[in-house]
This record gives sequence, C-alpha cells and structure tokens, in this order.
Amino acid sequence: MTLTLGHFLSLGAILFAFSVIGIFLNRKNLIVLLMAIELMLLAVNTNFVAFSHYLGDLNGQIFVFFILTVAAAETAIGLAILVLLFRLKSNINVDELDSLKG
Amino acid sequence: MDVKTGLFYVFATVLLLAAFRVITARNPVHAVLFLVLSFFQASMIWMLLEAEFLAITLVLVYVGAVMVLFLFVVMMLDINMDGIRKGFWKHFPLAAVVGVVIIVEMSAVLMTGFQTSAAPAALANLGQAAAEVSNTKALGVLLYTKYLYPLEIAAAILLVGMIAAIALTLRHRKDIKALKPEEQVRVKWADRLVVVKMDATQASAPAQTAETAIVENKA
Repeated sequence: MTLTLGHFLSLGAILFAFSVIGIFLNRKNLIVLLMAIELMLLAVNTNFVAFSHYLGDLNGQIFVFFILTVAAAETAIGLAILVLLFRLKSNINVDELDSLKG
Repeated sequence: MDVKTGLFYVFATVLLLAAFRVITARNPVHAVLFLVLSFFQASMIWMLLEAEFLAITLVLVYVGAVMVLFLFVVMMLDINMDGIRKGFWKHFPLAAVVGVVIIVEMSAVLMTGFQTSAAPAALANLGQAAAEVSNTKALGVLLYTKYLYPLEIAAAILLVGMIAAIALTLRHRKDIKALKPEEQVRVKWADRLVVVKMDATQASAPAQTAETAIVENKA
C-alpha cells in the first residue's frame, strides 16, 4: 500500500475538522482560538504542498510561502490586540467583549 | 507497505494527537507546546512530500518566531482559567457532529477521488532536474522572477505588521521622570545658551544723580 494524494488530503481534512471542533470548544478563550486558526492554516498548507508534489507544480509551494508570510503578520497583530485587550479588561473572555453593543 | 508509508502514519498520528491536545489542554502553555509538536510533525510530513525548503521554513519561522511569540504572550497574561473553562464541554456534541461530518465527507471524496500514487510525467522530468537543482534553488528562481512583485508586497505586509504591533502595544507613561535621548540629541546651541543684550559699560549710580535730575526737569 503506497501513499496516494488522498492520504495527505485526508490528513489535511482531519486536521481542519479538529480545528473547527477547537473553535467550538474554546469559544471563550481568545488565545486558543488564535491557535486553532494556526492549525487551520497548517491543514490548508499541507493540502497545497501535497498537490504541488503530486502535480509536479512548484507554484503551490510559492503559495504556501505567501500564506506563511501573511499568517505571521496576522498572528503578530492579533497577539498585540490581545495584549491591549488584557490591559483594558484584565481578562480575555470573548463573552465580555460587548462594549459596542452592536 | 514501504518505509515512507510507515513514516507517514507515525507522523500523522502524532500530529493529530498533538492537535487534539492543543484544543483540549487546560493550561494554555501546554496548548502552545503541543502546537509546537504538531508543527514539527507537519514539517516532517512536508519533508516526505519533498518540500524541503518549506519544511525548514516552518520550523525556523513558525516554531522559532511565531510560537515563541505565543509563548511570551501566554506567559505574560495572567489568565483566570476557571471562568473560561466553565461550560467547556457544553457544545462538544454539536462540535463533534460537525467535525465528524467534515472528516467523513472529505475522506470519502478525497480517498476515492485522488488515487494518484505515482508522480506524473512532468514530475519525472522535474525529478531528473531536481538532481541538479535543489528544491530551494527552484523555489528561489521562481520567487525572484515570476513572483517578484508578490514577494515585495509580502515584504510590505510584514513591515506593516511589525509597525502595527509596535504602535499598538507601545505605552507612554506620564508619571516617570526620565531623560529623552531624542530631545537631547536634537538640541541646538540656542536652546542651551541665552545671550542677553547689555551695554558694554555702565556708569556708576551716584555720579549720575544730578544728570538724571536735569533730564527729569527737561521732561
């Protein structure tokens, strides 16, 4: 039994499903929500790399490179906002972020 | 079942276990450490897919920089976990249903639809070229020719991210008395030295009394 493209894609799908479950479970904890988003990006990147390998096309890996760049910037700004939020409210509970009363 | 398949199953199992611990760990520091473990496993899987440059980038950039940033923030914040963990498993049935539906549907489609195990002919040519050109070199050539402008946009995004993170978290304290180096450097001679205009000689006061009296009379 050799490895097929389906193996890697299924791994990405299971990882993505785990992070969806994580977002359901940790809906109050902002920092674990950010980690679940990181896991989602990892799953998507694994799909890109797998397709890039099995289709013999390097452009997929370039795309992963740019996703990594954007994810790093997103994490930095997200954590900065988290620190600001903690200074303001002294906790990171998502339920208490209702000052705007949309 | 060859060695590569066995390695894939080992890495995938550890990756999924670590990912499950990330989303269920009670202590956020443990969650970050399990996330590091899962990034390492994903990097190994990318190695199996012969994406060496990205695998090493994932370890260096993600584990080395982003995860350490996460660790700093988690340790800096004093999070009260009891309030956050309340009702943690309340939505688990719904989450499990959604997750299982995603896994079953995607696996059913992906495992039957993508049975390609052998690399296509284009990859065979690429593989022969890969003997002389490494993955890193091929990526670099592509990145600096076809994707030059996107690369510069990515650089601008990183710069904006850095500036935004610094600007958001920078805090000016009003209540401390500290020297400001930038003002000290920027100072000019006129700020330090005040020249007061004075006459070169001043007559002594008693000799002048008569004269001033005359002047006052004239006035």
